[in-house]
Amino acid sequence: MTDLTRLTAVQTAAAIAARDTTATEVAQAHLDRIAKVDGQLHAFLHVDAEGALETARRVDAGEITGPLAGVPLALKDVIVQKGVPTTVGSRILEGWRPPYDATVVERLKAAGVVILGKTNMDEFAMGSSTEHSAYGPTHNPWDLDRIPGGSGGGSSAAVASFESPLAIGTDTGGSIRQPAAVTGTVGVKPTYGGVSRYGLVAFSSSLDQAGPCARTVLDAALLHEVIAGHDPRDSTSIPAPVPPVVEAARQADISGMTIGVVKELSGEGYQPGVEQRFAEAVETLTGLGAKVVEVSCPHFAYALPAYYLIAPSEASSNLARFDSVRYGLRVGDDGERGLEEVMSLTRAQGFGAEVKRRIILGTYALSSGYYDAYYGQAQKVRSLITRDFTEAFAMADVLVSPAAPTVAFPLGEKLSDPLAMYRQDLATIPSNLYGGPAMSLPCGLADGLPVGLQIMAPTMRDELLYRVGAAFEAAMPAPVPPLDWEA
Amino acid sequence: MSEITRDEVAHLARLSRLALDDDELGRLAGELDVILGAVAKIGEVSDAEGVTPMTHAVPLENVMRPDVVMPSLPRDDVLAAAPAAEDGRFRVPRILDEEQ
Amino acid sequence: MTVPYVEALQEFEPVIGLETHVELGTASKMFCGCDTTFGAAPNTHTCPVCLGLPGALPVVNEAAIASTIRIGLALHCDIATWCRFARKNYFYPDMPKNFQTSQYDEPLCTDGYLDVEVDGETVRIPIERVHLEEDTGKSLHVGGSTGRIHGATHSLVDYNRAGIPLVEIVTKPVTGTKAKPAEVAKAYVTELRDVLRGLGVSDVRMEQGSLRCDVNVSLNKPGAEWGTRSETKNVNSLRSVERAVRSEVERQAARLRAGERIVQETRHFHEDTGLSTSGRSKEEATDYRYFPEPDLVPVAPDAAWVASLKAALPEAPSSRRRRLIEQLALSTLDAEAMTNAGVLDLVLATVDAGAPAAEARNWWLGHLAQSANSRGSEPSELPITPVQVARVVELVADGSLTAGLARQVVDGVLAGEGEPDDVVESRGLAVVSDEGALTTAVDEAIAANSDAADKIRAGKVQAVGALVGAVMKATRGQADASVVRRLLLERLGVRE
Ligand SMILES: [Mg+2]
Ligand SMILES: [Zn+2]
Repeated sequence: MTDLTRLTAVQTAAAIAARDTTATEVAQAHLDRIAKVDGQLHAFLHVDAEGALETARRVDAGEITGPLAGVPLALKDVIVQKGVPTTVGSRILEGWRPPYDATVVERLKAAGVVILGKTNMDEFAMGSSTEHSAYGPTHNPWDLDRIPGGSGGGSSAAVASFESPLAIGTDTGGSIRQPAAVTGTVGVKPTYGGVSRYGLVAFSSSLDQAGPCARTVLDAALLHEVIAGHDPRDSTSIPAPVPPVVEAARQADISGMTIGVVKELSGEGYQPGVEQRFAEAVETLTGLGAKVVEVSCPHFAYALPAYYLIAPSEASSNLARFDSVRYGLRVGDDGERGLEEVMSLTRAQGFGAEVKRRIILGTYALSSGYYDAYYGQAQKVRSLITRDFTEAFAMADVLVSPAAPTVAFPLGEKLSDPLAMYRQDLATIPSNLYGGPAMSLPCGLADGLPVGLQIMAPTMRDELLYRVGAAFEAAMPAPVPPLDWEA
Repeated sequence: MSEITRDEVAHLARLSRLALDDDELGRLAGELDVILGAVAKIGEVSDAEGVTPMTHAVPLENVMRPDVVMPSLPRDDVLAAAPAAEDGRFRVPRILDEEQ
Repeated sequence: MTVPYVEALQEFEPVIGLETHVELGTASKMFCGCDTTFGAAPNTHTCPVCLGLPGALPVVNEAAIASTIRIGLALHCDIATWCRFARKNYFYPDMPKNFQTSQYDEPLCTDGYLDVEVDGETVRIPIERVHLEEDTGKSLHVGGSTGRIHGATHSLVDYNRAGIPLVEIVTKPVTGTKAKPAEVAKAYVTELRDVLRGLGVSDVRMEQGSLRCDVNVSLNKPGAEWGTRSETKNVNSLRSVERAVRSEVERQAARLRAGERIVQETRHFHEDTGLSTSGRSKEEATDYRYFPEPDLVPVAPDAAWVASLKAALPEAPSSRRRRLIEQLALSTLDAEAMTNAGVLDLVLATVDAGAPAAEARNWWLGHLAQSANSRGSEPSELPITPVQVARVVELVADGSLTAGLARQVVDGVLAGEGEPDDVVESRGLAVVSDEGALTTAVDEAIAANSDAADKIRAGKVQAVGALVGAVMKATRGQADASVVRRLLLERLGVRE
């Protein structure tokens, strides 16, 4: 009998539809696998076996049908699901069960997707290694001593290790794409406004975007189509049809397309092995019939500084609501202390070091006297980066670069050096600032570890990512981790 | 360019309701200095003058909803999550601060 | 300690400023669909958005934008062609997100004015801005005295009010009020309230908190620069607006006279004493770290929409007042008396609701003015509407009520017993017009007062008054006295 956990989402859905298997068997197989390997990986913060089996039962009863009905999925713990613990990787929300569903969750449920549980992440999505989770790090299935990327390391590790064929991540500065790159999976940040943020616990409102994680480009496209589309509950949701991503993934033809290599996303900070795999990937794209040109985006050099002003500023405000009054942790309420002290103690103990660092940084950048020099200037740089993209897209249909500057690094290596950690997002941040869609997909190994190819497209042209990604994947399928650590 | 003092960090911590101890204040002062040093280079962007700040990636305007009442949450669900509740309300420690 | 008001204003020139917060009367909240109805059980009108639950997002209520623009137009403001909401960041338990979604440097309406009349003179109050924001929840302070925050052991928070659309109307500094800053301030708030009521955008009930005022006052020596201002919060009745300015003028004058400095500070007004106490000093003012609200997109009111809102504005209260005074041929003296008593608009509205002018005038200058006075409030703040007064007048006119019963009905309405008809019903106040029932009372009165009855039979008709009184007493005032008199004379066989 085939191992149900090794199937792609497309294969799983087809097998269930053809009654070769049942959604319940599929769900149970994945729950069993999680039970077997997650002790070593720690990709999940909460497994909802009961909820997963209930959805599977409804699919088997024919109550829900659709292209992903019965396919398991792992949900990043930054997205609220009614009645299921949501921590955002933080102590401050420990034990909180949301009284409502995120729009993304509503759509997954309506599509019959089987939500297995909530995945580990850097606290409040702040980090690039999942080591900033208050509940301990996730391990990379390629090498348990290495990071799975972040902030969505749990989602990508779950997909790479066959705990789930699909996962949802969120990407504020690269939190879907960098984990995808270092775990050898596919991760897509859709166009900002393409997927509703309603129910996504905010880190940086103007940058956050949820998107699909999968082992194949087509699987990602199917999930993209389920979660995307206009939502009147999110004022920044784009009222336009979802780009034809599934059709593009099936088309997988790039002959005649022009692909721009971004000059600024290479060189200093990029590992030689990564640059080598990237150069080969560009050759592959040429071989598939694309015309490759070099483009220059001079303001990308300022993307990282702009991001590290904008995101912490918005975060300092977004995280103010965690104050011990309406939900979450409360510390030091002894009947003597006043509210302000209880709030301050709660926040000091409930938030980890990285979150506090960014709150202080954001509070500083927004304070009067510094606003213009920091937050205001960063917003202007954002305009210039957008101008760079617009000019580049006048020359090329899509842009490419390495998705992450390095392969997965050892756990603990960058924990004491915030700046080194921040540089993991060098290549991914520009798309967040601009708002356009971007994908990371595997392009081989360096030192036995996965390297990611990043594809960037103009806003609301998400289908271009899938067209190029699927063509590339056909020529160069994703590597499979040896999983030699499995008991 | 900047030299962040422990007092400045203490002020920021007070604004953001974080009870940080002396060690944390000192460490954060140093880290903030390093981070601000690294991000200060955006000040060098010479062609930013006259550029409209971009607060958003979506060019939307006038997103509004009709004035229609929708169901609220059941109060028990709302209060179930509260660290403390009393008489249908959220209970908080005494407020020593002045009224806003 | 203080310098008397009149004396203070001979020595110093006042500059006042008013910030008025108005809760809009929309059906749903500013950024979510929760019901805005006043008086619901605590925390029953809350949802993920107005509770600031993680992940929830705001969406602007279109009716709130329209109402704000209409207020701006009625105050002769310029309407922004493009503006944004901003986050005002500060921690307070009443505020679920610990930032208030408000407007900062891009308000919807700017640069208008409102003309008000004080003792027959028109004073133009310049308006700086009208912007839209969200209201906060309400805290109940437990364990201290009279619900004060000081001395409380803990507080209880209700978020029903959190997120109700709140319009803030800010005047520019008002100079040249000479001897009457307190009177001008009160006249402004009164006129503003009438404008808002006329627009139908709010129920403007100060006692329910749907209209709230902050009052800024500074004094300077004639010709000198403006002085340092104080900002008095929580001024929640028209009378208090006047008292707050008055007491602040008296307090500041005393300090200045003693050579002391005025501290820029927030002061809290106390309705019970009519005085204010010092609050947070502005010198340690928090830094609100305003920035554009990233969860919302800009508001760009379409010119055609604004024009249509403008075309549909109701007549301004001031011009309506002038027109009605003319129509009803009120004497200037009468109109002035009503203005001074703060009842002119109420009389006019009662007339509008169908009552004859004389009746309307008598009610508002008589029984209702007395009721307001004994409650220490303004007639306009009484919990009775002109429509209800007109209904009482109608009930008297059709013979259902006597004058005495009508007063009881009005008192019932004031006591919160419902509509006039409800009070008539629940208190059993209908005129006893059943002549059968009255005849029994009449016969009993004749039997119990045989001396008087004999005198009447003998032709001393004026003695009938005592018997009428006895019958009225027996029927608890519910009989029509003229009917009783007629019946008595009939029974006694006397013709007038
Ligand atoms: Mg305000
Ligand atoms: Zn609500």
